[in-house]
Amino acid sequence: MRRYLQDHPILVLSLLLLVLVGALEAIRPGAVTPNWIRTTVLFAAPLGILAAGQTLVMLTGGIDLSVANVATAAAYVMASNARHGDAQAVLAGLAVGVAVGLVNGLGIAVFQAQPLIMTLGMALVVTGALEVYSLFAVTSVPSVPAFIHTLGAGNVGIIPVSLVLWVPLALIIILGLRRTGFGRLLYAIGDNAAACRLAGVRVWQVRLVNYTLCGLLSAVAGLVLAGTINTADVGLANGFLLPSVAAVVIGGTSIFGGSGNYSGTIIGALILTVLSSLLTLLDAPEPIKQILYGGIILLLATAYTRVLSDT
Amino acid sequence: MGAARVAMPFIPARLVRRHGWTIGVYVLLLASLVFTVAIHPTYGAFDVQSLALGALPLALAAAAQTVVVLSGGIDLAVGPMMAVANVLAARAMLHVSFRDALIIAVLVLVLGCAAGAFNGCLVVFSRVPDIVVTLAMSFVWGGVALLILEKPGGGAPLDFQNLASGTSISPWVPNALILMVLVVAAVWVPLRSSRPGLALYAVGSERTAAHASGVNVALARVLAYTLSGAFSAAGGLALTMTTGIGSPLSGTLYTLSSVATIVLGGVSLAGGKGGMLGPMAAAFILTLIPADLIFLGIDPNYGQVIQGTVIVLVVMVGGLAALRRKTA
Repeated sequence: MRRYLQDHPILVLSLLLLVLVGALEAIRPGAVTPNWIRTTVLFAAPLGILAAGQTLVMLTGGIDLSVANVATAAAYVMASNARHGDAQAVLAGLAVGVAVGLVNGLGIAVFQAQPLIMTLGMALVVTGALEVYSLFAVTSVPSVPAFIHTLGAGNVGIIPVSLVLWVPLALIIILGLRRTGFGRLLYAIGDNAAACRLAGVRVWQVRLVNYTLCGLLSAVAGLVLAGTINTADVGLANGFLLPSVAAVVIGGTSIFGGSGNYSGTIIGALILTVLSSLLTLLDAPEPIKQILYGGIILLLATAYTRVLSDT
Repeated sequence: MGAARVAMPFIPARLVRRHGWTIGVYVLLLASLVFTVAIHPTYGAFDVQSLALGALPLALAAAAQTVVVLSGGIDLAVGPMMAVANVLAARAMLHVSFRDALIIAVLVLVLGCAAGAFNGCLVVFSRVPDIVVTLAMSFVWGGVALLILEKPGGGAPLDFQNLASGTSISPWVPNALILMVLVVAAVWVPLRSSRPGLALYAVGSERTAAHASGVNVALARVLAYTLSGAFSAAGGLALTMTTGIGSPLSGTLYTLSSVATIVLGGVSLAGGKGGMLGPMAAAFILTLIPADLIFLGIDPNYGQVIQGTVIVLVVMVGGLAALRRKTA
C-alpha cells in the first residue's frame, strides 16, 4: 500500500486536499459551495502559475526568490502602460519577466552564481527599480486593462476565465516536462549536472532558457493576479514567495532537483489556498493565523518527506 | 596559483590564496570609506558612530547566518527571530532599571538559543530541507513577534540604549563597534578552533564524510542553529538599543540582507568555506551604501537598486573567479 502511494504521490495530495475541504465544511457547514470552489480556484490560479515557474527552476536544483517581485513589477508595468493599448501593456509586462529571467539565467548559467543569492539580488534590483519607476514614469493612475480584469476575475459560465489560461498552460507544462527533450533535460540536470555536461548537454543553455521561462511565468502570474484583484500596486505579490516555494515542495518536487512534477505543484497550490480560507474562517487574530500557516506548511512538508520517501 | 606567484615576493602566496576574499572585502571597505570621505569631506567621528550603529544589527544577523551556512544549511528565520527578541526586550524593559534591563537581555539571549535549537531540531528531525523549514518557521516566529507586540512600542532604559551609542575609548572607535567585536568574538573565537567548531566546518563541507569520520552531524547542525538563534537574539537586542523601541516587523529586511552580507563576505552558500571576518566588513559596506547615496544627493529610492546590483555583480564576479580557479 505504501509502495503504491509512494509511486503515486498525487493520490496522497489529492486526499489531503479533500481532507482540508472536509475540515472546512465541518467547521462552517455550508461553506463549500460551487461558488466557493470557483473563488478558490480563482485565487489559486496566480499562485499556481507562479509556482509553475518555481517548479521548473527547482527541478534543476535551483530556486528563484525573485518570482514575487517580478510578478509585482510585471503587473505594475502593464498597468502603467494601459493607456497605450491593451496589447502593448501586456507585452510590456511580459517583457519585464523575460528580462529579469534572462539576467537570472545569465548569472546562474554562465557565471555559475548560486541561484539563491543571484535571484535574491535580482529581487532587490527589481523592487528598487519598481520604486524608482513608480516615482518617475507614472503620470496617471495605473489601471488594469479591461481585458486583464476579465482574465483575472471574469467567468465563462461558471468557469473562471483564468482557468481558461491556467489549464492549457498546465497541460503544456506537464506534457512538456514528460514528453519533450527539454523537459527531460531539466530532470537530468537536476539529478546530475556534471554527468549531463560530460554527455554533451549544453547545460548552460538549458538553465538560461529555464530561468527565462520562470521569469515569463512569474510575469503571467502577476498579470493574472492584477486582474483578479483589479489593482496593481507595488506590494501586489509580496506574500506569494513562501507559498510558491511551499506549493512546489508540498507538491512533491525535491528542492535538490531531479524529481517532481507540476501536477503535484497544482495540488499544492490548491491545498495552500484552501488552507488560507480555512484559517480565515477560524476567526483567530492575525498573528495566530500566521503561526498556524507556517506550522501547517511545515507539518505537510514533514509528512510528505517522512511518509513518501524511502530515506 | 600562477597569479599568486607573480610579483608578490613579500606576501606569502598561501595567505593570499586562503584569505584572498576576506582581504579583498576589507580593501573594498577601505575604498568605500575613502570614497565616502571624498564625497563628504566633513565625514567625522560622529558619522563613524552612526555607521557602526547602523551596521550593528546587520552584522549580528550576518553572524547568525554565517554559522548556519558554514554548517551547510541556511536560516531564513533570522529576521523574524530578531523581531521577536526586539519586541520581547522592548516590552519587558519598559520602565525598568538598567540592572534589570541587563538581566532581561541575558534572558532574551537564552530564549534566542532555545528558539534556535528548536529550529535546528525541526530541521534535523523532520528531514525536510532547511530552506523549507526555516521559511515556514519565519512565518511562525513572525506571528509570535506580532503576538508579543502588535504595533511598534515598548521601550528600554536610556542607559541600556547608550551601551551602543557614543564612544568610550576614542572618538573614532564607536561603542557599537566594540560591542560588535566583543559579542561576535566571544562566541566565535573559542568556537572556531574547538572540536564543535571544526565539526561545523566538516558538516558543511561534506556531510557524509563528516559522518563517516565520527562527527555527530545532528548535534553539529542543531548547534549551528542554536548559535544562529543566539546571534539573532543579540541582533534583536541591538535593534532595541539603536531604535529604543520594539517593532514586530523590524526584522523583515534582515533575513535576506544577512544572506547577501555573508556572500559578500566570502562565505560559500554551499557550506564549509568562509569565516566571520568577511561578513563583518561586508555589513559595514552594505550599511555605507545608503549613506553614500545621501551624500551624493542620489534619490534614496535608488538605494535598493544599487544594493541589489552590488550583490549581483559581486556574486557574478565571485562565480567567475571560482570558474577560473577550476579551469586554471
